[in-house]
Amino acid sequence: MQALQIIQSRFVPLSMENVDTDQIIPARFLKATTKDGFGKNLFRDWRYENNDETQPKASFVLNQPQYSGEILVAGKNFGCGSSREHAAWALQDYGFKAVVSSFFADIFKNNALNNGVLPVTVSDAYLEKVFGQGNESTLTIDLANQEIIIDATGEKERFDINLYKKTCLLNGYDDIDYLISIKPAIEEFEAQLQS
Amino acid sequence: MAKTLFDKIWDKHVVQEVQDGPSVLYIDKHFIHEVTSPQAFKGLEKRGLSVFRPQQVVATADHNVPTQNQHLPIKDELSRLQVQQLIENCKKHHIELYGLGHPFQGIVHVIGPELGITQPGMTIVCGDSHTSTHGAFGAIAFGIGTSEVEMVFASQCVLQSRPKLMRINIEGELPHGVVSKDIILYIIAQITASGATGYFVEYAGSAIRSLSMEARMTICNMSIEMGARGGMIAPDETTFAYIKGRQFAPGNGQWETKLAEWKELYSDEDAVFDKEILINASEIEPMITYGTNPGLGIGINGSIPVTDTIPDEGERKNIIKALQYMGLESGKQLLGMPVQHVFIGSCTNSRIEDLRQVAALVKGRKKNEHVQVMIVPGSQQVARQVHAEGLDKIFTEAGFEIRQAGCSACLGMNEDKIPAGEYCISTSNRNFEGRQGAGARTLLASPLTAAAAAITGVVTDVRELI
Repeated sequence: MQALQIIQSRFVPLSMENVDTDQIIPARFLKATTKDGFGKNLFRDWRYENNDETQPKASFVLNQPQYSGEILVAGKNFGCGSSREHAAWALQDYGFKAVVSSFFADIFKNNALNNGVLPVTVSDAYLEKVFGQGNESTLTIDLANQEIIIDATGEKERFDINLYKKTCLLNGYDDIDYLISIKPAIEEFEAQLQS
Repeated sequence: MAKTLFDKIWDKHVVQEVQDGPSVLYIDKHFIHEVTSPQAFKGLEKRGLSVFRPQQVVATADHNVPTQNQHLPIKDELSRLQVQQLIENCKKHHIELYGLGHPFQGIVHVIGPELGITQPGMTIVCGDSHTSTHGAFGAIAFGIGTSEVEMVFASQCVLQSRPKLMRINIEGELPHGVVSKDIILYIIAQITASGATGYFVEYAGSAIRSLSMEARMTICNMSIEMGARGGMIAPDETTFAYIKGRQFAPGNGQWETKLAEWKELYSDEDAVFDKEILINASEIEPMITYGTNPGLGIGINGSIPVTDTIPDEGERKNIIKALQYMGLESGKQLLGMPVQHVFIGSCTNSRIEDLRQVAALVKGRKKNEHVQVMIVPGSQQVARQVHAEGLDKIFTEAGFEIRQAGCSACLGMNEDKIPAGEYCISTSNRNFEGRQGAGARTLLASPLTAAAAAITGVVTDVRELI
C-alpha cells in the first residue's frame, strides 16, 4: 500500500445521501479476479445512458469537466449496502485518494482504509460549507494533523481516525503484515481455546 | 460485571488489543464464495503464504451461478472463470468446497446453518454483508471486505474495533399474516437505512422468542440494511432443537458439553446497551418498500410520504430521486398497483419454511397471467425438501417457475435479471437502483406478500387471501 500524508486537490461534489456500493460499482462488474481496472465502471449506471460509454449523462458530476480532483465529497451514509471491496478499488482506480462525508457505512470505511483511500468524516455543517465552494476551490487533507481545510477560506475541521490506522496509512503498512507478526500469540490463543 | 450476549462472545475471542487501535479478533468459521475471494487468494500468494487454518474455512459457489442447467458448463465466460478459480484455489489450499453439483451447494448463508456449521458462541465472517444472518444462532457474525478475507486466510483473525451495542426489543404478538420479514422491514423503516451504523444489534423480546430459526435468520440477515455491523439473537431451545442432528452439529459425545456452554449465552439481566429500542409487535402490518433503500418502507395499506411535507432537505431530495427512479408518485398508495415479476428467493427468504408458507397460500390457486414468478430455493437441500414435500407440484400447478439454488435475481450477477422499468415484488434484501438489473424497480416484501401479488397480479394485502 502507498503511504498517504497530505492530499491537496480540487474535489468532485456528489451531493447525494445513502450512496450504496451497488451504485459505486454494479454487481455485473464483480466477475473479475484481479483488483485492476474497476475505475472505468465507477458509478457506471449514473455515468452512462443505456450502459453505453459513448452516451455519458451530462447531469452526472463525473461527466462535468469543471469538476475534477483526487477528493470525492458525498452526502451522509456513503458506501452503505454490499460489502464489496470492489467499491474501494473502483474509487482508487479512478484516482480518488479520499472521500469526505458526514457519515460512512462501516464495512466501506474499513475497505477504503485497507486500500489507502482515506474516509474523512466531517460535521454536517462543514460538509455544507464544502458543497458551497466553487469548482475551482481546493481542499487540503492533512492526515498527520487529522485536519481538513478549505483552502480558499482557511476553514478547518479536525477528523477522527484511530492511531493504529493512521500509522498504517502514513507509512503504507497493512494489517496483514501486522497480523503475521503476531502469529505466535495467535497460536498460543488457539492452544488455550482447545484446553 | 453484567455482560451482554455480544460481550460474552467477543471477550472470549480477543487475542490481543492493538495499542490505540482495534482488537485482534479470532475467527471460528470463515465462509467464502467465488466473488469476494479470488483477490484475497492472489494477495496471499503474492506474500508467499498459504491459508493458515484451512479446516476452518468453508466454500460454496452462489453469487454467479446460473439457476438453470447447473449440470452444464456456465455459459457466461467471466462467471465460469470466477467459479473455476474458486475450485482451483480451494484445491490448492485444502479448503472444503460445496460447489456446483455438490449436494450441499447453495447460498452461503443458507447452507452454513442448515449443515449445522453455524453454532452459538462462534465468531463467523464472510466476504458478504449478509453474514449477519448467522447471528440468529447467538453468534457474532459479520460481513468483511476482501482485504479482511485475506487477513483471515493469513492469520484466522481480523482487526476490528469494538462496536457500540443496541438492543431492539420486539414485544407482543404478531398479527395474523405478519411474518418476520415484516418485522425487520418495519424496524428499518422506523430507524432508517443508517440508523444502526456503528452498532451491533441484539434482537430480543417475546415476539422474537416465538419465532422459528428460519424467521430469526430473516431478521438478522437484514441488520446490515440499517447499517448495523451485525445482528444476533440469544440461543434458546428453538436454536438447540434446530441444530441437533445436523451434519456438522456436535455429536453425541460433545453435545451435552456444548449445550451447557450455549445455555450461558444471553445478555445478563442488568447488562447495559448503548441504545435500546422497543417495538410493539401488534402494530406491525405486512410491509412493502416504495423507494431505493430498504428504509423506505410502508405498511401495505399505507401511502408513500408526501414529499413536500418532509422537513429534512437531504431526505426530501432522496425520496424525490427514489420516486423518480421507481416511477411512483408522492402521497399515493401502492395497494392495487400492477407488478410484472415476483422473485421468491435470496439469503433473506429462500429457506424451506419460507417456501412452505408460499405453498400454503398458493395451493389450488393460479398465478395472474401478467406476472412472471420465479422461485429459487436457497440450497440443494432446500430444493430436495421442496420436492420431498410435494411443494414443487403446488408451485408448478400455480404457474410458478422453480429454479436451482443460488443468489439469482437478488443481485442479478447471473442471467436472472428484471427488465428495465418493470416492477418486481421481491423477497430479497435490497431495492437499490439497478440491483435486480439495470433500471429494474424492486419492491421488497415478505414471501406471503410476494405470493399474494403473484396470484392477483397487483400489490395485495395478503390478509385478504388467508
